[in-house]
Amino acid sequence: MIQATGLTHFYGPNPAIEDVNFGVKRGEVLGFLGPNGAGKTTTMRILTGFMPPTRGKVTLDGYDVVEQSLDVRRRVGYLPETVPLYTDMTVTSYLKYMGTLRGMPSRNIKRRVEDVIDVCHLEDYRSSLIAKLSKGFRQRVGIAQAILHEPDVLVLDEPTIGIDPIQVVETRSLIKDLGKQQTVVLSSHILPEVSMICERVLIIHEGHIVAEDTPGNLAERLQGSDQLEVEIGGPPDEVLSELREIEGVSSVRHRSLANREVYTIRLLQGADVRDDISRAVIARGWSLLSMQSVGMTLEDIFLRLTTDEEN
Amino acid sequence: MRTVQAVAWKEIQIYFSSPTAYIVGLIFLAMTGVFFARDVVQTQGNPFPEASLSGFFQGASIILILMAPALTMRLVAEEQKLGTIELLLTSPVRDWEVVVGKYLASLTFLLVTVAATVYYVILLVVFADPDPGPMWAGYLGLVLYGATALSIGMLTSTLTSNQIVAAVVALGILLVLYFTDYAAGTLTGLPAAIVQEIGIKSHFDDFDRGVIDTKHVVYYVIVTAFFLFLTVRALESRRWR
Ligand SMILES: Nc1ncnc2c1ncn2[C@@H]1O[C@H](COP(=O)(O)OP(=O)(O)OP(=O)(O)O)[C@@H](O)[C@H]1O
Ligand SMILES: [Mg+2]
Repeated sequence: MIQATGLTHFYGPNPAIEDVNFGVKRGEVLGFLGPNGAGKTTTMRILTGFMPPTRGKVTLDGYDVVEQSLDVRRRVGYLPETVPLYTDMTVTSYLKYMGTLRGMPSRNIKRRVEDVIDVCHLEDYRSSLIAKLSKGFRQRVGIAQAILHEPDVLVLDEPTIGIDPIQVVETRSLIKDLGKQQTVVLSSHILPEVSMICERVLIIHEGHIVAEDTPGNLAERLQGSDQLEVEIGGPPDEVLSELREIEGVSSVRHRSLANREVYTIRLLQGADVRDDISRAVIARGWSLLSMQSVGMTLEDIFLRLTTDEEN
Repeated sequence: MRTVQAVAWKEIQIYFSSPTAYIVGLIFLAMTGVFFARDVVQTQGNPFPEASLSGFFQGASIILILMAPALTMRLVAEEQKLGTIELLLTSPVRDWEVVVGKYLASLTFLLVTVAATVYYVILLVVFADPDPGPMWAGYLGLVLYGATALSIGMLTSTLTSNQIVAAVVALGILLVLYFTDYAAGTLTGLPAAIVQEIGIKSHFDDFDRGVIDTKHVVYYVIVTAFFLFLTVRALESRRWR
């Protein structure tokens, strides 16, 4: 459905993205995962025909995004990151206007506006001015306009930022539903979100794609690289050297928190040392007060993936 | 065509629901009213009083220079500021459709405002016996002149996301084009003729005298088309920035 090759985009002298390649199959839900400034928005803007890439080529359903921009734009529904809406219009008039811009026949517009108001739970706000809606409801209006014309491809740039947890859950399940019929490309910097919604994840970092996999495989690849947080009662110096002796431990950091001694243990890939730790602690007559594994933060993952790439 | 209509209609609705547009329209009516009244008062004591709208047209030509940028400054600049341009330009709409739609909306508002001054014509017809020729010619000239001024405002609104900058630059361009007449006076020969032809005001004066010269009509149409063309190009190039 979407085929991107060698996408590069420069704002001024520095590339925001460089040599990005990816493909999306029809009906697939693809997630772009990356920290701030990774180049997600830049990629989405190129996909939707808002701006052409400096180099490289994207085709959507066989149409070139630059050469056959109108054909592409007819097939895409887009939710930009900032959710730009005409605040001096009411929800219904705004949606009707967007429908006309998308070239929908007027009788369809009427029907579809009702449909999307329903789907996005905007019933009570039909004739509210958009200026008066809260952020979360604006987000819904943004999604409503993106799906209004039943596009083949939905491009959603961080669709769940700025909305409350309950609505986040709703929005995610809405996107999941949409993904059953449509091709969806979304971006996010929340790992669990992407793993929840997407069938495939692209991890983008500093303008480069550093990993591409299913959420399951990705989780597996990153598994065992977790950290343990352990609280041990005992002299810190001795505890530190003891912990460092244990096989499978890659590094240990120590923090004193209000008369609690906490050790963060980074493990080698695939190692499980919980048993060894508890034995060692008890053998020395110290007390093991707590132990829990801490998932890697997104930053850890990027750090890991990017350093992996370099090695 | 439907998109042009949709874009135009949306903007027209905003004009007619926004205080700014009304204030601009009212200032136009008030100011031109002053010019009209002054003209009428001056005829008193004149042994050959002339019932004409010349004073109104002359005044209107100045006030339109201020009014046109105020009407157009919002049209594209605000979309760039709010980011709504991102959804507009990723909709299957051609850039010229956006430009023409928005331009037609501003032209409609201008026409309505100018139409409101027909009140002066009625006054003249009721209380005097004006020559209708110059009046209709003058109105035609005023609309053409205003249409050109709006096209210049469209261009500057597309070049920036700051409405004030858009208005000030348009005002600057219009003032230069308005006062080229004076510059022409200091020159001679061909340069003088060229400068004279470029000026937006010199082409207006014949209409005010009741002469409809195709040359002037063509001038306004071409200049308007030229600026709208530049506007479309500017919007296209926006994608490359
Ligand atoms: N209009 C612009 N002009 C100049 N530089 C830009 C522009 N937009 C983005 N950039 C730069 O390009 C890089 C990628 O930005 P982009 O907005 O694509 O990141 P992102 O992944 O969407 O980040 P975020 O999670 O913060 O939305 C950043 O370094 C940013 O500073
Ligand atoms: Mg972004």
